[in-house]
Amino acid sequence: MCRRNGVTVYMYGGRAARLQGEGSMTRRNQSDGLDIPGRIKARPVHRPGSLVAGIIVALLALMLVDGMVTNKQFDWPIVWKYLFNEHVLNGIGWTLVLTVTSMLIAIVLAIVLAVMRKSVNAVLRGVSWFWIWFFRGTPIYTQLVFWGLFAVLVPKLTLGVPFTDIHFWQMDTAQLNKVIAPGFLAAMIGLALNESAYLAEIVRAGLEAVDPGQAEAAQALGMPHSMIMRRVVLPQAMRIIVPPTGNEVISMLKTTSLVSAVPFSLELQFATDAISHRIYKPIPLLIVACIWYLVITSVLMVVQAWLERYFGKGFNASRAADTVEGLRTDGHASFDDDVKKKAEHVGFLGLNA
Amino acid sequence: MTSENEAILNDEISTSIGAGVGVADGVQPDGGAGTATQASAKAASDVPAVKATGVHKAFGGLHVLKGIDMTVEPGTVTVILGPSGSGKSTFLRLINQLETITAGSIEINGELIGFKHVNKGGRDVLQTLNDREIGRQRAELGMVFQRFNLFPHRTALQNVMEAPVHVAKTPKAKARAEAMAQLERVGMADRANYYPMQLSGGQQQRVAIARALAMHPKIMLFDEPTSALDPELVGEVLGVMRTLADAGMTMIVVTHEIGFAREVADQVVFMDGGVVVERGSSSIIDHPAEPRFQDFLSNVL
Repeated sequence: MCRRNGVTVYMYGGRAARLQGEGSMTRRNQSDGLDIPGRIKARPVHRPGSLVAGIIVALLALMLVDGMVTNKQFDWPIVWKYLFNEHVLNGIGWTLVLTVTSMLIAIVLAIVLAVMRKSVNAVLRGVSWFWIWFFRGTPIYTQLVFWGLFAVLVPKLTLGVPFTDIHFWQMDTAQLNKVIAPGFLAAMIGLALNESAYLAEIVRAGLEAVDPGQAEAAQALGMPHSMIMRRVVLPQAMRIIVPPTGNEVISMLKTTSLVSAVPFSLELQFATDAISHRIYKPIPLLIVACIWYLVITSVLMVVQAWLERYFGKGFNASRAADTVEGLRTDGHASFDDDVKKKAEHVGFLGLNA
Repeated sequence: MTSENEAILNDEISTSIGAGVGVADGVQPDGGAGTATQASAKAASDVPAVKATGVHKAFGGLHVLKGIDMTVEPGTVTVILGPSGSGKSTFLRLINQLETITAGSIEINGELIGFKHVNKGGRDVLQTLNDREIGRQRAELGMVFQRFNLFPHRTALQNVMEAPVHVAKTPKAKARAEAMAQLERVGMADRANYYPMQLSGGQQQRVAIARALAMHPKIMLFDEPTSALDPELVGEVLGVMRTLADAGMTMIVVTHEIGFAREVADQVVFMDGGVVVERGSSSIIDHPAEPRFQDFLSNVL
């Protein structure tokens, strides 16, 4: 049995077919190497639509390129001059650090929140609901300004017995502002808490999408609830959680441009902005920022595609329904084949993200 | 409950522990313990493997089970027949505590499941068991589901190893060897590294049976194990179940396979509308007494 282009073809009596194939009636098809007598060769339906669309798009693209080259305002020499500027590269570094750290905190918080939301404990459910309600219900910009003012609101952090004067430990909140870089902690926490609320809903949707029969089978094997969550439900939910989380990472990358609200002044948007204010050329530096955001986003899309492939293991067949029958009937189809198929599929997804 | 009854209950529990070990030995992969199992099963026949008394179950306002009494002796196969919606799957799920019982009681090897009697100020009160206690009770039972419910992100071998390694804390190498033996037993050893999606329904169900056996249960519950299978795949699963029954495993099987019931069952129970309509040896399939059972059989045969 051969599988080509997702179509299952059974070869019966290969020798008989070959003998016939030597006659003038049949022709060996170049693309699949199969010898099928009387293979149909017909002209495809005429579709002028794509040609027309192609011409229009090419024309528009040409106008765009022409505009970008001839319009002096773009100031390409300035773009190239500052593309690898030290402050810009530093900004990229800080943007990435902010994205990664706040995202990691948000993911941990989101899993905890989602599990709390599904807990049998009503208090935990309530806390989770309130958290999501609050952080999803207020603008991220407002939250960032708030975290920037945290030291004003709470000048001293103390550890002691509540409602008494007994303190074991205390510090000035303003000192926290100097940790790592000015405003960094506030920016990171602000981004992370806001993101955790959105991610918690994504995680919850993932948990609920897992077949309840999975938890029942695990229960029947004597697994406690926490183990069922960790070893059975979460790994399967990941397959559903990863694609939207990839979107959230990309969204987070761009949201870091708002941390000037804290203020945190080292990331990419702020860095390019500062240069443009100094040299009075805003447009070329916006283009510098755009180029870098696009480069990072493209890299993230590749990582996302890889993660989807990893967490999709064992699920490949459900996505390529046509090949499932082939797999099921003979059970011999090599696993490598599936991985390749999946890889193609994932690559396609990645480009769509 | 009088003190005399309590004494008897305690007596039964201690007997059941001895009997339970004997039955478990019978299902070890090395086999050859069939006769020993039957002997110990006979010796313990005064303590039923499963004893259900006046079991009721209601989902919201829906009264699904209306007083089920059932006794399953160790080493025997009980087949529950009945039209869909008759409550037979619900009854099986109650035995494994996947649902909570509304009224009545179920005892496994003489031990009340789901609750324990505690003394609160001189009064006998029922206390719901916690997760760990329920887990311990479930360890006596293996369950096979209609939709297989294999873990799709793990291979056949990993599915079978999962509970021994993570619940029973068996060392990995030992668990792997035992899991391979279980897969061998259901004829799936050559597919050990396949993911469930790469297996046919019948193959998946056989892996699911191996997975349940890996925890050495004393009783196996089958919830319509062949209903989701293509007709030509039913035979392989029934074959495995027949081998299990021959090895002396205590089994409760909810199924529509009348032929299997006729061949393998020691006890046939026909349920309809949440009550047991008729019960007896497998001969009642050929000579049903109740009109409802006659109707059912004429429709499925």
